Amino acid sequence: MSAALALLKRDVTLSWREGGAVGTALGFYLVVVAITPLGLGPDLNLLARIAPGILWIALLLAALLSADRIFHNDYEDGALDGLITGPLPLPLVAAIKCLAHWLTTGVPLALLAPVLGLLLNLPIGTSPSLVLAMLAGTPAVSFIAGIGASLTLGLRRSGLLLALVVLPLYVPVLIFGVSAVTPFVSGPNSAWPPFLILCALSLAAIVLAPLAAAAALRTALR
Amino acid sequence: MPEPIGLAAFDLSCQRGSSVIFRDLSFRLAPGEALLVSGPNGAGKTSLLRQIAGLLPLAAGRLHLEGAPPDAVLPEFCHYVGHANAVKSSLSVSENLTFWANFLEANGASLTRALAAFGLTPLADLPAGLLSAGQKRKLALSRLFAAPRPIWLLDEPQTSLDIASVKLLDTAIKEHLETGGIAIVASHTSLKTKFAHKLELDRERVT
Repeated sequence: MSAALALLKRDVTLSWREGGAVGTALGFYLVVVAITPLGLGPDLNLLARIAPGILWIALLLAALLSADRIFHNDYEDGALDGLITGPLPLPLVAAIKCLAHWLTTGVPLALLAPVLGLLLNLPIGTSPSLVLAMLAGTPAVSFIAGIGASLTLGLRRSGLLLALVVLPLYVPVLIFGVSAVTPFVSGPNSAWPPFLILCALSLAAIVLAPLAAAAALRTALR
Repeated sequence: MPEPIGLAAFDLSCQRGSSVIFRDLSFRLAPGEALLVSGPNGAGKTSLLRQIAGLLPLAAGRLHLEGAPPDAVLPEFCHYVGHANAVKSSLSVSENLTFWANFLEANGASLTRALAAFGLTPLADLPAGLLSAGQKRKLALSRLFAAPRPIWLLDEPQTSLDIASVKLLDTAIKEHLETGGIAIVASHTSLKTKFAHKLELDRERVT
């Protein structure tokens, strides 16, 4: 248990100190959302209607920016060798590193989203459902990113390949993430079913993604 | 340190891609014995160490821990210090060591002792990114003391170390052996350690 906590604490500390992880993701999120109205024109109704979609897509892209850091730094400096010879099973190591990515990227992005929603004329009343949906969906985002990060380990310029591998896997998260927000905007339909499916997607990713990531890590080290 | 354990290898083979690096390596190390692995570049010194640490699969053969409980996992008894130092630049020297001590669940290891082993005590609060290559190497080697484990796998441990530090390394290995530990060192240059066994890897012999 102490080993797991030590690893989580180290990864979170590193993300905060190295700045590039948290700051870049938040800045990228802000910029993408801020330039969208400039491209679409000042149609407030249109903006309000597409705001959840834009916020989700920008969040996925922002989360991908720091995804290759999940394993890459430890692979480069040899720390991964030490992590493997440690007392934790490799899938658990992978899970903790994905969890650290969620804490340092998914959570800040989800909390920033309602503020950026204002830029897109998203009604303030939908903010709670937006944050809830994103908090429920971003674990899936981070854990699936972990699969991509481990698969592209050791490749040069792996960022683009990572996006190609991972973005298609985000389709279910995107669909249900947007519909968990939309009903509050456009009508009285319940947001519960998509919200619960979002939770299910995250739980499945938390269980399955570390196994896939661990297998990919073993191959990468050969 | 738990009860002393020995390590035996039977007919190890290593294959990278389609080429066989070495085959039929056997050795047996009793507690307190050291093994020197030598050979030209590409002979498989690193591969052998990584196989023992569980980072590379064995193409054939098996490794056996002697005197360990039956459910023991070999990698969990090993320290592998390879070419990469596993040093995090944005953590301080002592934070680096504390992490490994906690992660490897060291019981009773002392951070002060680990820092002192290679003379890093004055640098404890410095970000590891500011260290020189040799100091980073010493920090990587200090990990051996942050979390005591019986088997040390050292790959070219004296790379970028100055003469005084190589002496410290010699002393460290000597003390480790005296307490019943095992050291397997891959090296070109000579250490003062008394190696009970020597293994000369030679690629020509295989093919």
